[in-house]
Amino acid sequence: MERRYFLKAVAITGVASTLKIVDGFEVLAQTSKATSGSAGYDLVAVMGGEPDQMFRRAITEMGGIGKYVKPGNKVTIKPNIGWDRNPELAANTNPVLISEIIRQCLKAGAKEVIVFDHTCDDWRKCYKNSGIEDAVIAAGGKMIPGHDESYYREIKLPRGVNLKTTKIHQAILDSDVWINVPILKNHGGAKMSIAMKNLMGIVWDRRYFHNNNLQQCIADCSTLAKKPTLNVVDAYRLMKSNGPQGKSLGDVVTSRGLFISTDIVAVDTAATKFFNQVSAMPLETVEYIGKGETLKIGTTQLEKLNIKRIKI
Amino acid sequence: MKKVRIVISLILFSLITCYFLDFADLLPQQLHGLMRWQLIPALLAMNMVVLISLVVITLLFGRIYCSSLCPMGILQDMADWLAKRFHRKKKYPHLKEQKILRWSMVALVVLAFTGGFHLILNLLDPYSAYGRIATNIFKPVYLAINNLVAAVGNYFNNYHFYEMDIFMASISSLVIAVCTLLIIGFLSYKYGRLYCNTICPVGTVLGFLAKFSLFKIKLGNNGCNSCGLCEIRCKASCIDAATKEIDYSRCVTCFNCVEVCNKKAIAYQFSGWSPNNPHTIERDSKGFDATKRTFLSASILVGLASLQKVFAGRDKDSAHKINEIYTSHNVPFKKKHPITPPGSVDVNRFNDSCTACQLCVSKCPSQVLQPTFTAYGIIGMMQPAMRFEHGYCNYHCTLCSEICPSKAIVEISEKEKKKLQVGLVHFVKENCVVVTDGTNCGACSEHCPTQAVSMQPYKGNLTIPTIHNELCVGCGGCEYICPVRPFRAIYVEGNPVHLQAKVTEEKEEKKVKVDDFGF
Repeated sequence: MERRYFLKAVAITGVASTLKIVDGFEVLAQTSKATSGSAGYDLVAVMGGEPDQMFRRAITEMGGIGKYVKPGNKVTIKPNIGWDRNPELAANTNPVLISEIIRQCLKAGAKEVIVFDHTCDDWRKCYKNSGIEDAVIAAGGKMIPGHDESYYREIKLPRGVNLKTTKIHQAILDSDVWINVPILKNHGGAKMSIAMKNLMGIVWDRRYFHNNNLQQCIADCSTLAKKPTLNVVDAYRLMKSNGPQGKSLGDVVTSRGLFISTDIVAVDTAATKFFNQVSAMPLETVEYIGKGETLKIGTTQLEKLNIKRIKI
Repeated sequence: MKKVRIVISLILFSLITCYFLDFADLLPQQLHGLMRWQLIPALLAMNMVVLISLVVITLLFGRIYCSSLCPMGILQDMADWLAKRFHRKKKYPHLKEQKILRWSMVALVVLAFTGGFHLILNLLDPYSAYGRIATNIFKPVYLAINNLVAAVGNYFNNYHFYEMDIFMASISSLVIAVCTLLIIGFLSYKYGRLYCNTICPVGTVLGFLAKFSLFKIKLGNNGCNSCGLCEIRCKASCIDAATKEIDYSRCVTCFNCVEVCNKKAIAYQFSGWSPNNPHTIERDSKGFDATKRTFLSASILVGLASLQKVFAGRDKDSAHKINEIYTSHNVPFKKKHPITPPGSVDVNRFNDSCTACQLCVSKCPSQVLQPTFTAYGIIGMMQPAMRFEHGYCNYHCTLCSEICPSKAIVEISEKEKKKLQVGLVHFVKENCVVVTDGTNCGACSEHCPTQAVSMQPYKGNLTIPTIHNELCVGCGGCEYICPVRPFRAIYVEGNPVHLQAKVTEEKEEKKVKVDDFGF
């Protein structure tokens, strides 16, 4: 017995020591004044900067990327690349943000960083015209397709109410860490498209969602055992109307925001409240967020969370 | 000369075929220019530059077109080459020209065409027939190989190759393509260029011009010992070694005879503007019968094949039109008009100009354009229409209009396309999930690029699709994604004459000041 405890202790100390080194290194590497990184915020909200700049600030406050990405990890990043639209139209996640996240992951020692989405429009056009493919390749990541059923594997969602099984992209299932990077948008059917809604892009059969109570299925999908390590909401530009595809620049507001949290329900709550300042969107109308809380995926009680708000 | 001909033919044939197969845009789009040089499409497009050039080339050099530009001609030469590999002693006897047959085929095509029955032309035009072979037979094979490579690559974490969806869009087109390939393949394997010289209307017309060509093959120069080798090696069966005459209307200037002559007694040379047509061929009953028999059996086969496909194709092709399964709350509907691609202006014009080469079907990146069976009636068989089972028309894409060689789809800009209404959305409220299940959906509105389908407040927190006709471009995004089955809650009905849609694009972002977090 004693030997076993001793060995355990040695192992834990060993792991802990590597953690500390990585942590400290990352915090130092990011910014000189970020020393309170490990304060343990549940949610960090940043406003007023450029996408990459805001992410650097936010992740530092979250404890540094090294807290989430370990050397040798296979990282998958899931932006929203649903539409054949250019970045200015705010239908897809900002490419500058994606490339910054990739760079940070690689700096933290990630073995590879994969990016994909199950797009709505023709995936080749979406990847290209969103600017994301170019950004990913330039940053050293790898863009993989998500348009064919063969890339998806069936999993069980035991906590799901309407959605009990679904097929999930293998890049998510086979990753060590995955980062959910939606863009903040209005949505005609689901009301809002943020982090929980972005999970529809890791799923093969989306028609099932629409046919079996969309709001419930979105919440059910977030009960996924392999939940996102981080949720980064891109609100540099938001789509205030005609979402999720949008018609024109008239639907876009440059709001210069970014929210990051490990709690997918909390980050959706925060982002919806942010959106509500631009266009009325009471939290209770976005039913899947409440349903997510009921399923104990996360909390909508932002006042109970340790939130860091930064204005640049 | 034969070698030059073979190299040029193989290059052009490969480029045309690869352009049909290339789904990944590896080849430059400008290659569609090669299709513009095909005679029948050029004729329908009234592409005078191409037409005059082809006439001039033929008047100068003979049927170069048939040897090097026509993919079906080159395909036949390949079959002929194969035949020679297996039968070293393969001989082509000299055959009499089937003048009446040839010209009655032309007359039939012209009469049928002027009478509005284009199917015969579309069936016989060698380029279009080859296009259908490439689209319906070669492309699925190519995709299957690609998918195999992709599967292996993906296994080793390589995503350079990606999987492609293979599906049979139209049994009728597949059956016709297979029959065409088998019949023409068999004829050329056995009899060389028999199709080109008895049935093909392009061959007959160019053959007529070729009689007057400036440069011709000339037999029996100094040294000819009348060995007859040229005659038995002529895949067009147009050389009569006995009389040392060539039927120039059937000579496809392949230079095989020039190459084969041991005595160098055959030359391709300037001959002046004389028809120089040998009319003195004796009646060779044997050859005569063989040709007639082949032609008859070929036409019977074509006839049977088309009949067969009428019945074989019925289930599959009509499945999208009306499905007989009814559920309690699913209201059936029937589409009245097929949807022609943007740029085709109106359905009659489209039916009149399309040769059903299916280049657009092969190249459509969204797989929206699919060959039809009887959607346009029997005359429009195999011509493409927009169908939304596998995709919907990309809002920004104008590819089909750029590549259509016969101008059945007129070239349009992206701006023009966004103003075109090829069809009009119809909402079947009784089928909608929001009504039947009382839950949110909005998939249709999500996919609508113009918000012709927008979500408006309904009961409680629900929103319901609402139609704005004037904004609809008919892209089919809504129909494609609607989750309701067997009959969807939203569909696009074709506009027989394309109309204009209203464009309401705001050029500026709304100036909204957000200076707090809101929580």
